[in-house]
Amino acid sequence: MSATALPTLTVKDLTTDQEVRWCPGCGDYSILAQMKKALLNVGVPREKMVFVSGIGCSSRFPYYMNTYGFHTIHGRAPTVATGLRLANPDLQIWVVTGDGDGLSIGGNHLLHVLRRNIDLKILLFNNEIYGLTKGQYSPTSRTGTPSKTSKTGSLETPIRPLTIAIASEATFVARTVDVDVKHLTETLKRAADHKGAAFVEIYQNCKIFNDEVWAYATDKSVKADNLLYVEHGKPMIFGKDRNKGIRLNGLKPEVVEIGKDCQIDDLMVHDEQSEDPTLANLLSRMVAPQFPEVIGVFRSYRKPCYEELLEKQINDNIAKKGKGVVEDLFKAEDVWTVE
Amino acid sequence: MASPSAPAGAAPAVSVPLSRNGKHTVEEVESITIRFAGDSGDGMQLAGTRFTDTAAILGNDIATFPDFPAEIRAPAGTLAGVSGFQVHFSSHDIHTPGDILDALVVMNPAALKTNLRDLKKGGILIVNVDAFGQNDLDKAKYKTNPLEDGSLAGYNVIRVAVSKLNKESVKDCGLSPREQDRCKNFFALGLVYWLYERPLDSTLKWLKEKFGRKADHKPVLDANTAALKAGYNYGETVELLPVQYKVTKAKIAPGLYRKITGNEALAIGLVAASHAAKKTLVYSGYPITPASSVLEDLSQPEMRRHGVRTLQAEDEIAAIGVALGASFGGAIGVTGTSGPGICLKSEAINLAVMTELPLVILDIQRGGPSTGLPTKTEQADLLQAMFGRNGESPVAILAPQSPVDCFDIAYEAVQVATRFMCPVFVLSDGYIANGSEPWRIPDVSKLPKIEITHATKPNSEGTNGATHEGGEGGGMFLPYKRDLYLSRPWAIPGTPGLEHRIGGIEKQDVTGNINYEPANHEHMTHTRWKKIENIALTIPELEVLGDADAELLVIGWGGTYGSITTAVDRVRKSGKKVAQAHLRYLNPMPKNTEAVLKRFKKILVPELNSGQLCWLLRAKYLVPAEGYNKVQGRPFLVSEIETAITNKL
Repeated sequence: MSATALPTLTVKDLTTDQEVRWCPGCGDYSILAQMKKALLNVGVPREKMVFVSGIGCSSRFPYYMNTYGFHTIHGRAPTVATGLRLANPDLQIWVVTGDGDGLSIGGNHLLHVLRRNIDLKILLFNNEIYGLTKGQYSPTSRTGTPSKTSKTGSLETPIRPLTIAIASEATFVARTVDVDVKHLTETLKRAADHKGAAFVEIYQNCKIFNDEVWAYATDKSVKADNLLYVEHGKPMIFGKDRNKGIRLNGLKPEVVEIGKDCQIDDLMVHDEQSEDPTLANLLSRMVAPQFPEVIGVFRSYRKPCYEELLEKQINDNIAKKGKGVVEDLFKAEDVWTVE
Repeated sequence: MASPSAPAGAAPAVSVPLSRNGKHTVEEVESITIRFAGDSGDGMQLAGTRFTDTAAILGNDIATFPDFPAEIRAPAGTLAGVSGFQVHFSSHDIHTPGDILDALVVMNPAALKTNLRDLKKGGILIVNVDAFGQNDLDKAKYKTNPLEDGSLAGYNVIRVAVSKLNKESVKDCGLSPREQDRCKNFFALGLVYWLYERPLDSTLKWLKEKFGRKADHKPVLDANTAALKAGYNYGETVELLPVQYKVTKAKIAPGLYRKITGNEALAIGLVAASHAAKKTLVYSGYPITPASSVLEDLSQPEMRRHGVRTLQAEDEIAAIGVALGASFGGAIGVTGTSGPGICLKSEAINLAVMTELPLVILDIQRGGPSTGLPTKTEQADLLQAMFGRNGESPVAILAPQSPVDCFDIAYEAVQVATRFMCPVFVLSDGYIANGSEPWRIPDVSKLPKIEITHATKPNSEGTNGATHEGGEGGGMFLPYKRDLYLSRPWAIPGTPGLEHRIGGIEKQDVTGNINYEPANHEHMTHTRWKKIENIALTIPELEVLGDADAELLVIGWGGTYGSITTAVDRVRKSGKKVAQAHLRYLNPMPKNTEAVLKRFKKILVPELNSGQLCWLLRAKYLVPAEGYNKVQGRPFLVSEIETAITNKL
């Protein structure tokens, strides 16, 4: 393959000889399949792709991708991926994590990897449950969720993953759904194309321990009324009959009926490129059934990455005084000669 | 060798008739130990450092011991806030900062109270009398004024109004009264320079370089210069003492020298190794005493020119994750911390053990457990490094024996990590991290080569010492196919055709695929141990110093080398036989270690812990090793080890 030609990959190229061990019906199968499709035409050869994961069902992902992969320890994938990025600016690095791995044990790392804007694509498979340990409530489980460790209902307020990502200054924030294969593939491609820390929340169904937790967002009969697909520059319209929209009332969004409560021009228009996080934050806090939940790219803007700034410091210092020479380093302090 | 703290003015001093101004006699002495002590805000560390530089440049051998509180600024004048800097300078080869002080400079009563016990009887005590008001005495919990109650009888007390004289000397320089007072450390330094007949040149040059570049720093430059000179002239003019002391040049190996602390040497050693290996150095740490200065040094603009990539991580765990990720990416990944940080890094160290990636982990040990004694030294992490993780988790462990040796150990750690694809611990400690000594600058062209071979093509065919079971093959890449030392290939992401997955789950040897079979787990557990043991095939044998035919062997490790060596020398000088060995490699130990130990009837193991190496030696080699232990957050005094040795003879 020449250096300039875009590599063309097949799904088979990206498939390993390892048996996939997720439970039948798991949403992860769809994500794996769409990931392979999304990567066929991103213009990156597979030896330059790396999948880094933590611990949990989602974190088995690297074993099934015929690329470089590192299955690390619980919650720490962002740290290992950061080091890999510092060592190598040419790779396309994906971090695969889940709600427990990314937001509980690894919550601190997620916050910092986003604020540093390390060029990584972080996928958070959100199934609102601990699957690999067999069904304990997770930091995204809704209040009242019954589980093995919350038989009488979870007492905690769930984390909203995208609110956290936006607050952590992520430069690309998106949400998609495991079974919406077209949107999922498109979103993964957008994340692949983004330079900087990209964070994608994927609604993912756990067939065994939290089945149908996303039914309102996947069941054909109701999902149109529960999801709002946003596109940059377009008004926020949703509903089975495309007759509902989101209007801003003071500082609060409200659901309105087009033609009855307002006209299309009165609706909020999506702006994913704004550096101001207010709109994205507001969208991240819309929760069904009061609101439709937002699917799509919440924000996407370019800001220098940590590793780019570091590289610049290195180059600037070299430009000023030349490349470092070991002999000079030894003599950086006062020296004297003993004869 | 004479005692490192040969009494000033006593034999074997040689009297030289008169000083330059003809007023005083000058006595030549072999070595002097002096300590500057004051409040944390009094600039004692700086005064001590400048004094050390001057001594080094004059050709003395030097060793230093900074001792400061964990509180950055404990309430001024209190016992908790006392900061000290000890310098030992000599006309012969020395290994420690000295046991007993020949001279002590105290800037307040608290410094007097906490340091006086280390001053020898008859020693010189320079006191800033301006800081002995009732309030100062109360803060130091003195019931009566020690300057007046006779409790200092037996010392050669020199009372100097340091604060007043200093203020007078800097009053025209344009500083605020508070800023003026901050120059008093340089007044005291000038005084001590006079006492030991040291020229001011190198300190004046340093001041000029530090404050001479910006116009608004001029008052600071002028004032410190004035204070330094005033202190010196005061000593000369008022005839503080009838004698000055002179320490001539040491006979040390010819060459170009600089002064270096252990942590500086670690940073420079890592950079030198990255150059030798033609690799990027990625260092990630989280601020922690006494390891922070390695991250600080490596993030200097100077280090950017060497391509060093640093990241101050959000926590200790992230720091090691970054280092390990960098190693996976083909860089030299290094993290540094102290004991509490090692606790947090344990899980990731095990990931490095399991994934068999190179990784260097600096542990600058401090007093523990928990937060323990953050600014004090201890050697109590040996067994933590050896065993402090879940499962069986062998790692290489190296320990520098002096500040200078930190350079070599850092360099060797990179060699071992990359050659054996394993985590390597470097067990330094607060004592050698902050202590300094002269370093003979090595010839870069003579440093050992570090040749790293990365996998570039599939390896499923052909033999390289590993047996490939099973039917795979045909141009595959087998990430756990091992070489003669049982080391696995290092394939960097980005290399076409070698795509592979690694992780913390147990894996099949050769293929690296996930594998839970009982026999495979046992095989892999043994293989990981064997690989670390194989390092012994490449390291120097354990050397025995002193009397090979002695009954007693004194064996130590790490930063106690200086005090053990000096103690052994003293005992031998007194006509008794004793042998010494010092371990720089703790895991694996040099391959002749057992043979060496079994040659001696008695084995004494001095350690700044409750007997960790002793425990290892007894367990591994069934030898009658006995410990000599101290766990006070302070280094050994030479005299303590000397007594311990003598008691065994």
